[in-house]
Amino acid sequence: MTTATLPVATRTPRRRQQWTFPKAASAVGAVILAVIWLIPLLWALDTSLKPEPETTRAPITWLPEAPTTGAYRSVIEQGDLLRWFLNSTVVSVLVTALTLVVSVLAAYGFSRTTFPGRRVLFGLIIAGILVPPQVLIVPLFQEMTGLGLVDTYWGIVLPQVVAPVMVFVLKKFFDGISRDYEDAARVDGASRWRIVWSVMVPMSRPILVAVGIFTFIGAWNNFLWPFIVTTDPSMMTIPVGLANVQGSYGLRYAQIMASAVLGGLPLLIVYALFQRHVVRGVGDAGIKG
Amino acid sequence: MAVETPSRLTTGTPPAAAKPETGQPWKERWGGLFFVAPFLLLFALFMLWPIVSGLWNSFFNTSLAGVKHEFLGLQNWRDLFGDPAVWSSLKNTLVFTAMSTPPLVIIALVMALLANRRGVLGWLLRFAYFAPFVLPATVVTLIWVWIYQPGFGLVNGLLTAGGFAEIDWLNTENRAMLAVVITTVWWTVGFNFLLYLAALQGIPAQVYEAAAIDGANGRQQLFRITLPLLGRTTGLIIVLQLVASLKIFDQIYLMTNGGPNYATRPIIQYIYESGFTSYRIGYASAISYLFFAVIVIVAVAQFKLFSGRGEDA
Repeated sequence: MTTATLPVATRTPRRRQQWTFPKAASAVGAVILAVIWLIPLLWALDTSLKPEPETTRAPITWLPEAPTTGAYRSVIEQGDLLRWFLNSTVVSVLVTALTLVVSVLAAYGFSRTTFPGRRVLFGLIIAGILVPPQVLIVPLFQEMTGLGLVDTYWGIVLPQVVAPVMVFVLKKFFDGISRDYEDAARVDGASRWRIVWSVMVPMSRPILVAVGIFTFIGAWNNFLWPFIVTTDPSMMTIPVGLANVQGSYGLRYAQIMASAVLGGLPLLIVYALFQRHVVRGVGDAGIKG
Repeated sequence: MAVETPSRLTTGTPPAAAKPETGQPWKERWGGLFFVAPFLLLFALFMLWPIVSGLWNSFFNTSLAGVKHEFLGLQNWRDLFGDPAVWSSLKNTLVFTAMSTPPLVIIALVMALLANRRGVLGWLLRFAYFAPFVLPATVVTLIWVWIYQPGFGLVNGLLTAGGFAEIDWLNTENRAMLAVVITTVWWTVGFNFLLYLAALQGIPAQVYEAAAIDGANGRQQLFRITLPLLGRTTGLIIVLQLVASLKIFDQIYLMTNGGPNYATRPIIQYIYESGFTSYRIGYASAISYLFFAVIVIVAVAQFKLFSGRGEDA
């Protein structure tokens, strides 16, 4: 079931490299589709570099006549964008780190230890995969009010750390790791705690990286929960803060697009750098789930 | 699922291994609980408790401040079934799901078939197809509201340049949902694309080599080998996509705010408005449970269908 069993070693060199008509047509089709998919992003970038009057010209113009970064400067100077950026970073790092630690421990517990009620508890957690967080917003907000966690980082972070699907995926992965390694470590006197961090975690690096990247993207982009649990603009994350941009900037489209570009850029860069892990991670997690 | 677990109940103690912990029966019996305790605590606090308190609230007349707390019995539930807004928003959610799921599956498959290649072109295609998925909902909707803008937006600019009449996409009742669906497909198709791509890359090259030796051409390979082998993945993607589409809220709330004239308001937005605008916590909780039931029914039905088909293949 794990990637280790896939026949990657038997990769044969490509034999037929000549371009036939279907091949050329599929390459052209692929590129056209890619261009269509990139146009909205390029249009946003394009708009953000125009002077404001040019954005609302009646026959639309393509490239800006006199590109300017003025919109970016005013957005950064007058808004809370940097503050939201900081909040998003703190929240996403906390969510990712806590989710990984808590899920790895739970997955190890369910995969390798026994205790009374273990199977019932695991079943309960699996059932939790079905519960969409969206249906819990009302009681969860009440609970946060009671705990005094509204408008705090912990209020935004803690509910997002509960990711039953991560426990499930990691447990499946741990199940596939041979016990010989930890038996050897145990003979050498390693405790179970030690085994988790020195045997299981290093052996699961690819899937942990994938789970980590997806948790990070999910936390960075989460809209509904941070939107509900923050009312103070200085506690908002980027997605929540940007929701108010449309209203506050009025019809200044270059500035609106400049904030959109700034809000989207960090994750586009992360994705460009880690594309290999993301692509493999979806396969690992998705095909097993 | 848990096929392997029951046979491995003992904690890695085959007969030959040393058992340093035999002197601590308590630790041996309960020690494992410590590993799952942190997750269980958070799970209990932020999933089980809201589930239980939401159900409890649905029998009371609770306001957000918790001032009034009078027992209503099944009144909230009766109100719910007689409230046309519940059914119209549920209908909008189902319409969105029905409109968005087919393109999100079919376009993802086409993309995976096109982008399953190595080298720079492969990298660029994967980047372009998946890039929108990593953007926050607000960034996506800011861009698309601007694209749909009447007068000088991109879509209407192209329409008028082509001699067509322009459309006020987000403010026209029978166009707004289509506009949201187009945005959603652009934004989220990349995830299904990656699932298909992983499945394609899992098909061993020998299968195609054998087919080529037998004289199968490219089209035969596609329809006789590739597509049948993707059947299981397609089932999985449809289940995941239906459940994801049913949870629609962000894009609609941000693009149309449920309008025009509530024509796009999804059920989650109605839950949100009942709870946080009208402060009817108990009522909002009851609607949440109705919605949860719909999701479970769809997921279980799909899972049954899909696992049945998986056995045939």
